[in-house]
Amino acid sequence: MSLSNNMNYPLELSLTKSYEENRGNIYTSPHPSISLARKNGIEDFKKIGLPTTKLEKWRTTNLSDLYKKEFTIGDNKPVFNKEINEIFHCNVHGFNTNVFALLNGWYYSPEEEQIQELDNGIIVGSINAAQKKYPELIDKYFNSLAKTDGNGLNAANAALFTDGFFIHVPDNVVSEKAIQLIKMVNRENNTMINTRNLIVLGKNSKLSFLHCDDSINQQPGFLTTNTEIFLHENASLDLYKLQNLNNNTTLVNSSCVQQKSGSDLKINVLTFNGGVIRNEFIVDLIGENANADISGMYLMDDNQHVDNQIKVIHSAPNCTSSELFKGVLDDNASGVFNGYIYVARDAQKTLAFQRNANILMKSTASIDTMPFLEIYADDVKCSHGATVGQLDNDALFYLMQRGISESNAKLLLMYAFVTEVTNKITIQPLQDSIDDMVKKRLRGDLSICEKCVLHCSTPDIPVEFEIDMSKI
Amino acid sequence: MLLNIKDLHVSIHGKEILKGFNLSVNYGEVHAIMGPNGTGKSTLAAAITGREGYEITSGEIIYKGKNIIDLAPDVRANEGIFLSFQYPVEIPGVSITNFMRTALNAKREFMGEAPIPAGEFLKRMEEKKKLVDIQSKLTNRSVNEGFSGGEKKKNEIFQMAMLEPTFAVLDETDSGLDIDALKVVANGVNALRSEDNAFVVITHYQRLLDYIVPDFVHVMYDGRIVKSGGKGLALELEEKGYDWIKDYDVNR
Repeated sequence: MSLSNNMNYPLELSLTKSYEENRGNIYTSPHPSISLARKNGIEDFKKIGLPTTKLEKWRTTNLSDLYKKEFTIGDNKPVFNKEINEIFHCNVHGFNTNVFALLNGWYYSPEEEQIQELDNGIIVGSINAAQKKYPELIDKYFNSLAKTDGNGLNAANAALFTDGFFIHVPDNVVSEKAIQLIKMVNRENNTMINTRNLIVLGKNSKLSFLHCDDSINQQPGFLTTNTEIFLHENASLDLYKLQNLNNNTTLVNSSCVQQKSGSDLKINVLTFNGGVIRNEFIVDLIGENANADISGMYLMDDNQHVDNQIKVIHSAPNCTSSELFKGVLDDNASGVFNGYIYVARDAQKTLAFQRNANILMKSTASIDTMPFLEIYADDVKCSHGATVGQLDNDALFYLMQRGISESNAKLLLMYAFVTEVTNKITIQPLQDSIDDMVKKRLRGDLSICEKCVLHCSTPDIPVEFEIDMSKI
Repeated sequence: MLLNIKDLHVSIHGKEILKGFNLSVNYGEVHAIMGPNGTGKSTLAAAITGREGYEITSGEIIYKGKNIIDLAPDVRANEGIFLSFQYPVEIPGVSITNFMRTALNAKREFMGEAPIPAGEFLKRMEEKKKLVDIQSKLTNRSVNEGFSGGEKKKNEIFQMAMLEPTFAVLDETDSGLDIDALKVVANGVNALRSEDNAFVVITHYQRLLDYIVPDFVHVMYDGRIVKSGGKGLALELEEKGYDWIKDYDVNR
């Protein structure tokens, strides 16, 4: 095997080596088309290497220090020896949810439940298991949206993912229970975990999906997740992403969504903590009267970095989209918002809005915000805007004149600033939990490691989330 | 004496606005401060409440026997100083209920008291809302967000009623009010008047003083008080305007 000149970083070498060494075991896919995709992925990766700041899309997110570190790539499948509800017990009142888990990049369940059909016909489980049991669904959807797109991490993910989460909601099924995926990593060394998800919503179906990324220790990690989401005619998906990772962890998410006519997508990305977090969403509105509402909130401090890359493609007429991202950055934290709206020539009567607002608490914090419109249709209504500022001094004085201390007044204003995003959460108990987390995060007492993010809500309820590390 | 301001000089960005301001206020008194635009009335309110950017170059503000010029705004507030803002600030995302509870508990903590029990707090809210004729739905909304001019001013008086200050400055509380709202606001203030507190009412017009009857009226011009008198002075000003004041020799 010869390596091209692009393989400069230790991580690039480890990734190609890991593929060569393990393609016979953990990188073996039951489905031939996926095996092929893995092979193509590694070939692409060898050509382009890991993304650096030389690429326009990565100009403001520099991962080169990370690429120099030694990582264990992937992990073996953990043995399931403890019931999921013994590991964590959800205690949020009135929040009706089915909980599933990925542990160290693998779907965590008893062997016979690696993929299962719920009472309402929804199929949930491991993407690997789905390849065996539902090859026709894999044929139809898998890898049809995700593209390397010049991004070596996408290529590496395609080649080196271990497992991932699969959801299929049949036509006309409205899920009353939300589906919650808790993605946990508890490795004791530097580990890179690559996962791959596929979510398909049939015609007229409806689902709320909560995707939580949690660290359960302080070990460094590098996580990549690629997700493909298909919304058929009139389908409706509420997607919540909760990110509460330790400061040594880098998370790179890439999600591609395809929306058919009349479908409705709501995404809420809630970034509470993490070393480097990058969220990329590419949403393609291919059917008429589809709507995409993408919002996010980030609360960063220390040397944390958050990067939200949102691309909405209006391919069909009469669609609407809106983007609202708000964040508070403190200390040396840095942020990036790249919002891109593309309106194709035929996409008349498009309504597309975009807004990014930031508060910088210190002069050492920074944000790169790049709202961007590219419009080829002539009968559209589009707007974009970005603000970067400090807390409103008039408001601060007003609160202090009523006796509220400066530090509490600042907390109250930061909290108030992001409620515009958190108020979009339609599941009330979830909104209450998130509200509570925002307050805790701003006060500096949000624990990131020993609790699932959802379980630290309502203070009068004891937290009952425990992981016995010795037994996993 | 509750408040004694002695030879106060205040500058903004190096420009002197208050030029030797003197005022004494006793418990139980209401003082009106009138005067043309730009004479330093709002600067006085800012100096008393400790707003950033207002530099006190000399003089003292003695409140309850202590010079307060080095105290932070929140400490002054908790000591019982309240300002009804000329332009109340909109704070989206903070409900009035949450705001008032936080403020009230800050004061109680300052006084070494336990936080107010929820039931007692709600009872107090209801009671004080009636005082200024505030609709219930307003207190669930964000502070001042989308409020009309009248609602904002009523909300100021409502907050004053909730916090029960010892010394309150009402900075042009009458501006932007129709006559009905003016009466409501004035009735609210009158209901709070007692022997244990005092008010300074800053206004351009005599009209407010028909409803909040002051014990003293002061006329400010060019950074100091140039004439003081009883409530009759306000009527004289209404009749003559401010021009004659400008020629008034303060040292005569």
